[in-house]
Amino acid sequence: MRYLSDFRDAAACAALAERIRRLAHGAGEMQFMEFCGGHTHAIARHGLRSLLPENVRLVSGPGCPVCVSSQGDVDRAVALAGRDGVTVVTFGDMMQVPGSEGSLQEARALGADVRVVYSPADALRLAVDCPGRQVVFLGVGFETTAPAVAATVLQAQRQGITNYSVLSLHKLTPPAMRAVLDAGEVRLDGVIGPGHVSTVIGAGAWRFLPEEHGLGCAVAGFEPADLLLAVAELVRMVVEGRPEVANCYRRSVSDGGNSRALAVMEQAFQVVDADWRGLGVVPASGLHFRPELADLDAGARLALPKLESREPAGCRCGEVLRGVLEPSQCPLFGSACTPESPVGPCMVSTEGACSAHYLLREAG
Amino acid sequence: MLRSLPAEGSGVSERIRLAHGSGGELSRRLVHEVFLRYLLDPELARLEDSAVLSADGLDGACGALAFTTDSYVVSPLEFPGGDIGKLAVCGTVNDLAAAGARPLWMAAGWILEEGLPLDTLERLVRSMAEWSAAAGIRVVTGDTKVVPQGLADGAYVNTSGVGWVPQGRCLGRQRVRSGDRVLVSGCLGDHGVAVMLARQGISMSAHLVSDVAPLHGLVQSLFDAEVDVRWLRDATRGGLGSVLCELAQGANYGIEVEEQSLPVRAEVSGAAELLGLDPLFIANEGKMVVVVPPEDAAAALGAWNSHPLGRDAAVVGRVTEKHPGRVVSLTPYGTSRIVHLPAGELLPRIC
Repeated sequence: MRYLSDFRDAAACAALAERIRRLAHGAGEMQFMEFCGGHTHAIARHGLRSLLPENVRLVSGPGCPVCVSSQGDVDRAVALAGRDGVTVVTFGDMMQVPGSEGSLQEARALGADVRVVYSPADALRLAVDCPGRQVVFLGVGFETTAPAVAATVLQAQRQGITNYSVLSLHKLTPPAMRAVLDAGEVRLDGVIGPGHVSTVIGAGAWRFLPEEHGLGCAVAGFEPADLLLAVAELVRMVVEGRPEVANCYRRSVSDGGNSRALAVMEQAFQVVDADWRGLGVVPASGLHFRPELADLDAGARLALPKLESREPAGCRCGEVLRGVLEPSQCPLFGSACTPESPVGPCMVSTEGACSAHYLLREAG
Repeated sequence: MLRSLPAEGSGVSERIRLAHGSGGELSRRLVHEVFLRYLLDPELARLEDSAVLSADGLDGACGALAFTTDSYVVSPLEFPGGDIGKLAVCGTVNDLAAAGARPLWMAAGWILEEGLPLDTLERLVRSMAEWSAAAGIRVVTGDTKVVPQGLADGAYVNTSGVGWVPQGRCLGRQRVRSGDRVLVSGCLGDHGVAVMLARQGISMSAHLVSDVAPLHGLVQSLFDAEVDVRWLRDATRGGLGSVLCELAQGANYGIEVEEQSLPVRAEVSGAAELLGLDPLFIANEGKMVVVVPPEDAAAALGAWNSHPLGRDAAVVGRVTEKHPGRVVSLTPYGTSRIVHLPAGELLPRIC
């Protein structure tokens, strides 16, 4: 718990904000992307934008796993929930995401068996407790979540549990970052690297940013001091003209990542192309089960049909996810699209840029 | 118009969702756009914890009756620090206390699910008896119904309570003024996190138990200290944040909360971080919120701090003319943000 108070220390944050101002003074405009939705939320929650000098801007990236799940993936989940004998299990954030024919929450109100859990292990336990039902876990998440889901699948296989499967919608973050940069729609001077993801894959996974794109990367934790330190590092790299990967979250992140988590992922998954909301199909950015685990793949076991999916009319979540559009620039923001009646996923998820901008907007 | 509810006569197949019961924005709209739309009584429209009904002239009595009702649907039925029997008593007592009333009588209607072990029920009813005796409220009428298995979560309890408000005692949002101070009687979120963890079978800390407790004595300590109590509220479902948003909504003042002054246990803070929840919006069952004039804040804090249930009480904010209708959180970093009612259920985040 000490971490919380230390990294929320007001004097330390004030000193870091001053360091950023000093470093950035007279250095021209710079724009950094916080890739991770957790960072977007923390920046808004602590009002950190207003501590930065005018020439330093932060822009949100595609780092919210709920937001980047494609409309088709949400529709498949809702379709599964409507089947007799099927229980769909998910993390809370997915419940409210609108699909073409409604959300999981609405499906539940109409009688579908949808359960919210805090960990994939709870989903496996539910399968053991309900042998008469097919329990399907929605495997939504980045490298942070994938190892725990992989572990349940391997455990289900070992224990011969036949009524548990996973709809794997897991996605990998470095390919998405590459896709954003390759699209060239947003000018960036550096990237705040995701903290939880990097705990698994290691800070070294971001070395392609300085090496191939000439961009600095500062891997950050989620407290105000963590984020301000990362911004200070990025400003320093711009001013010195020496982009590198700075690990500002050493209490959690190593260079090589968590080898055990990576091994479990490797054992269960193979890398495939994946469809991202906002980015389209990104090569080698998704995780599907290895052929020997096909029995635990909900898509294969329950023969999911291809569905005609419709993006919500007027929704510009895709552009928000690519960092091209500020949430408040979307015409639906705060009027047709609010957290109570969200049109797109960025307004639903607590990690979503629109939700963070709306719920945690700074008081004037 | 509330999108998720049927328009009158339209037959649209929108349904009630769990989020409508969460104490957040959807709950607020459900109350305003359905219940208050048809049930027009001005006393109901005040939306306080109890209705305060004038008893002046009734058999020569003076003062008022406070009348309240609530339902309890907690899962699991028994949790660290309490159970549904204790919860029903304390909830009723606290709703009456929030009206400045002395709790007198209550009714308890039990809805039992087929298959509930009789000894479980006996423990719950014994707990109700013990806590009603301790709080000085008599259970004077009741009812029992049994529903088939699968139609209830073990047991639900609905209670009604009646209390007595002494003559001349007047609380209400109409008395709140700019410059008033906001106090909370103790640490936030203990109940919500204890129950959430019990539901998941997680034991994070032996110290983390529900705060469920009868607060009439705590409230009385304010009157004994001659504090001019402007407004009181029992911060239950929806937490302190919802209570303050409700107070500010539609008013021509705002409320500023000092983030650093919010009393939150390290265990709750840690669990909230882990689950992606904001302690401001986590449920309590033993916390009172009071608004007092600035000159009475020290007396109110002193009265609470010397009461066993108010040791962690703190002044957490002030009523202000700035940003009318809004609650604003002031961070330790000199920044500020608008506090917004949560849209739906409190749900764990994904990573």
